[in-house]
Amino acid sequence: MRTCAMPETPTRGASLLAFVVTAAIGAVGAVALLGAVALGATPEETIAGGARRVVKLYGAGGVRGLEAYQTGILVSPQGHIVTVLSTVLDSDGIDCVLDDGRRYPATLLGADPRRELAVLSIAGEDLPCYELPRLDEAAPAPAGAAVGGVSPGTRVFALSNLFGVAVGDERVSAQHGVISSIVPLEARRGAHEAPYRGNVYILDCTTSNPGSAGGALIDWRGRLVGMLGKELRATATGVWLNYALPVDEVARGYRSVLGAGVDATLATPEPDGLPYDVALLGIVLVPDLLDKTPPFVESIRDGSVAAGAGLRADDLLVAVNGRSVASRSAVQQRLAALADGDPVQVTVIRDGGIVECDLGPKPRAGGKP
Amino acid sequence: MNSRFLRRRGGARGPLDSDGLSGRTVVIAWHVVWHFARLVVWGVAMALTAGEIQAVEIPAGVRAAERARIEAIARGSRAAVAIFAGEAGGGSGVLVSADGYALTNFHVVQPAGVAMKCGLSDGRLYDAVLVGLDPTGDVALVKLVGRDDFPFAELADSDLVEVGDFCFAAGNPFLLATDFRPSISAGIVSGTRRYQFPAGTILEYADCLQVDAAINPGNSGGGLFDAEGRVIGVNGRASFEKRGRVNVGVGYAISSNQLRQFLGCLKGGRLVDHATLGATVATADDGRVVVSDILESSDAYRRGLRYDDEVVSLAGQPVRTVNALKNILGTLPAGWRVPLVYRRAGRRREVLVRLAGLHTSGELAKIVSGGAETETPGDGEEKRPGRPGDPAPHGDGQKPAVDIPPALAGLYEPRNGFTNFHFNAVELDRVARRVATRHPFPAGDAPWVVSGRLEKGQPFRIELSDQRATIDLPTGTSSIDATGELDATPAPPGSGGLLAALVLWRRLLREGPATLGRTTYWGTVPHWSTEPPTEGQAGAGDLTAAPGTRGGAPLVDVLDTAAASVEGRFLVADDGFVLGIDLWPTPDADPCEVRFSPGEGLPTAMEVRHGDEVFGRFRIERIDVEAPAEGRQDTDAETPADGGTT
Repeated sequence: MRTCAMPETPTRGASLLAFVVTAAIGAVGAVALLGAVALGATPEETIAGGARRVVKLYGAGGVRGLEAYQTGILVSPQGHIVTVLSTVLDSDGIDCVLDDGRRYPATLLGADPRRELAVLSIAGEDLPCYELPRLDEAAPAPAGAAVGGVSPGTRVFALSNLFGVAVGDERVSAQHGVISSIVPLEARRGAHEAPYRGNVYILDCTTSNPGSAGGALIDWRGRLVGMLGKELRATATGVWLNYALPVDEVARGYRSVLGAGVDATLATPEPDGLPYDVALLGIVLVPDLLDKTPPFVESIRDGSVAAGAGLRADDLLVAVNGRSVASRSAVQQRLAALADGDPVQVTVIRDGGIVECDLGPKPRAGGKP
Repeated sequence: MNSRFLRRRGGARGPLDSDGLSGRTVVIAWHVVWHFARLVVWGVAMALTAGEIQAVEIPAGVRAAERARIEAIARGSRAAVAIFAGEAGGGSGVLVSADGYALTNFHVVQPAGVAMKCGLSDGRLYDAVLVGLDPTGDVALVKLVGRDDFPFAELADSDLVEVGDFCFAAGNPFLLATDFRPSISAGIVSGTRRYQFPAGTILEYADCLQVDAAINPGNSGGGLFDAEGRVIGVNGRASFEKRGRVNVGVGYAISSNQLRQFLGCLKGGRLVDHATLGATVATADDGRVVVSDILESSDAYRRGLRYDDEVVSLAGQPVRTVNALKNILGTLPAGWRVPLVYRRAGRRREVLVRLAGLHTSGELAKIVSGGAETETPGDGEEKRPGRPGDPAPHGDGQKPAVDIPPALAGLYEPRNGFTNFHFNAVELDRVARRVATRHPFPAGDAPWVVSGRLEKGQPFRIELSDQRATIDLPTGTSSIDATGELDATPAPPGSGGLLAALVLWRRLLREGPATLGRTTYWGTVPHWSTEPPTEGQAGAGDLTAAPGTRGGAPLVDVLDTAAASVEGRFLVADDGFVLGIDLWPTPDADPCEVRFSPGEGLPTAMEVRHGDEVFGRFRIERIDVEAPAEGRQDTDAETPADGGTT
């Protein structure tokens, strides 16, 4: 038998508060066991309800390392589906299979490239769906803050078409886990980074599996709290990230796609087509045509950080923060390794001489460059 | 150390360290102050709250749930087996009976051969011997020896498992357990009725459970348990792909219902095959699952299934997708007979079909001996190619040169087509004893006289002696020689060989299986009631709705007997009552099927079918098993005329 002291008022002081919190954490785990009972729905019912709103998507791919399938979430009774923008959708014939086995052709309505979120449409009616919250394009919540009604420690289920094991009317896979933390995404996928820099939910269950991308993350009440992200690795450690895009970001991405229309939203996020970090600084490098394209500056955007720091067209970047960069991709890698806010100093060769330029702290993704 | 601590606390960078001595003094001072402050705050807090702290008990429900989970895991742990296959690695297993039968994966025992060492959570090491193999299903049955009170886990009904159910695996991942206590990994059921294509050439996982409990190399063969600590599956496979051979939250377990369906065959020391319908199906444009090809030699064809017929259900489970049919077939042993519902031109038909084997016994033997390529998908134990001349765990006509530890002496006997024939003899003996107990007969060779009435009231009389079998029917009298080969023209005409079947039945009941010819224990099959499958009728779902185990029928023991070219199968109930005989005068033809209705002693009724036809329903009013003697009193063996199924 375990008992724990539970003072009536946790306002006696910081130390006391800490004591209470510690004691409470022990109880929370046990209480969570009965949570489902208290909420009126069993985990089995919660999962079954969620799975009806999740679809299996089939499109392009099938070659080694590139699966031709992923997951989507129904967000309108008329058949709007949010999913992750990926090569799977690079197909004229995207197939969508509902929980009951019904198969529909899906059309790509548009995409939010920054969130790597795509919206598909199928010709359905009265489909079971999640209603996404209506949010304006507010500033992202600060790191670690509770968003979408969840916080670190919230127990969740991940519903996805992982490994493509569910076909036809077979139900998508359910995994259980906990939201470990809510932090900005800093990731790479192969050599590339994810353009999204806002908060994500880091999960303690393995969701970075083939086909999981676009799956639903639901809480034990059955509410949609996020969308599973694609397979990414952490920039710092190289480990595979198990993460989800918070539902409010999903909602923003969805609304922005609906508001913008296909052409506008399918355009690349950076007008110059350059990787995001470089673009953030206002640097436009020469097109990346070779394996090791030398990082010559093509142009500098007016009013940008780079312009303020005195960078000019035709400068050749040779070092970032004192470490040499031999190619365009090396520049990108160096910048990618920096955290938002880290100082950025570039060394360039101009007219045969070395010039140092201080670009100040690395701008935050999502902020205006 | 402390200075680093202090720097972090104070947020100061450098200055405190600039002068070594004064820096350290400051550090110590801070240290003292900090700890003193903590003590004071703690003391004050205790004093302030001393009168107010309430001992709040964790709700009883939470404690009960936690206790139940701890107990379930303890039960599962006790049943967990750590299997060691010598240099080849090892894996896990799970005990399913007190006398030491444990289930595991074929791919775990394959490198071990016939004998292996098994550790239990009590820290003791036991000798174990291979009993039966189902290579296609990746299942093996082993028997631990040395106790008759092994802890074991009950096989649950995996059809009741739902996605989201709590589950845990108890096994030996990475062969960590040097004290044999299993590692536990908990999770939820992620998916049910998953179909996993054969990896390599065989090892098909059909209708399996998918879990997010960590399944790692070495967990193979171990039990997957439900919240009550009952076995819902045997872990054996996982999706890995890119991340190396470690858990990514996607493991697969062979369902306990599939295991139960094979358990009888495995206990008989057999090399068990999986079933095939003899037909392939495809999804039609309108979503129906239709027959795309069918073998004319298959029983399904003989029962009327044709190209383009819609398959509605098999073994009582709906077939809505091609995968669904694979899922159902993949859990059935070859030789089983299950209900098939199909539809043609809107008309629904229901039949019982016998399922053939996927492989020839030679093919299976080759797989087991490592002659065929076998992938071991769920496992990461060091797999080394079998050395030439490695002992094969099956009998391939020659006795393999295996080292049998003294503890296992007499527990292994190789034979062609079997994994370990010793256990076939054990099971045959068990069933024979039951039959003898249920049907005691006085000595002597007096003929049996079975008499009664047919469905429409006409009398019949059957006389069975050691020399002849004769039946008097309203349509005429037939007779066969009971001393020679029984494979002469089946008599009476249209029955498919009723008299021969009854001759074997009498021999089994009077003298036991030894007199029948070459008799082996086959395993268990579902026993369908004698109700005929009714074609195209609304109530035709009765077959599928019957209570009992999966597929709608209780499992009963089967003895297989071969006398010359006649093959017979006896269905024996748990109490030893012989429920029926299927007799094939020639292979690949429809057998004569005799089904008896149990009575106090001998049967009260008999139904005889051949192919799709009912030959006759016999209400048995009297069976005389002794020569009529003056003044003799009726014995138990004489059946009062109280029965009849029609």
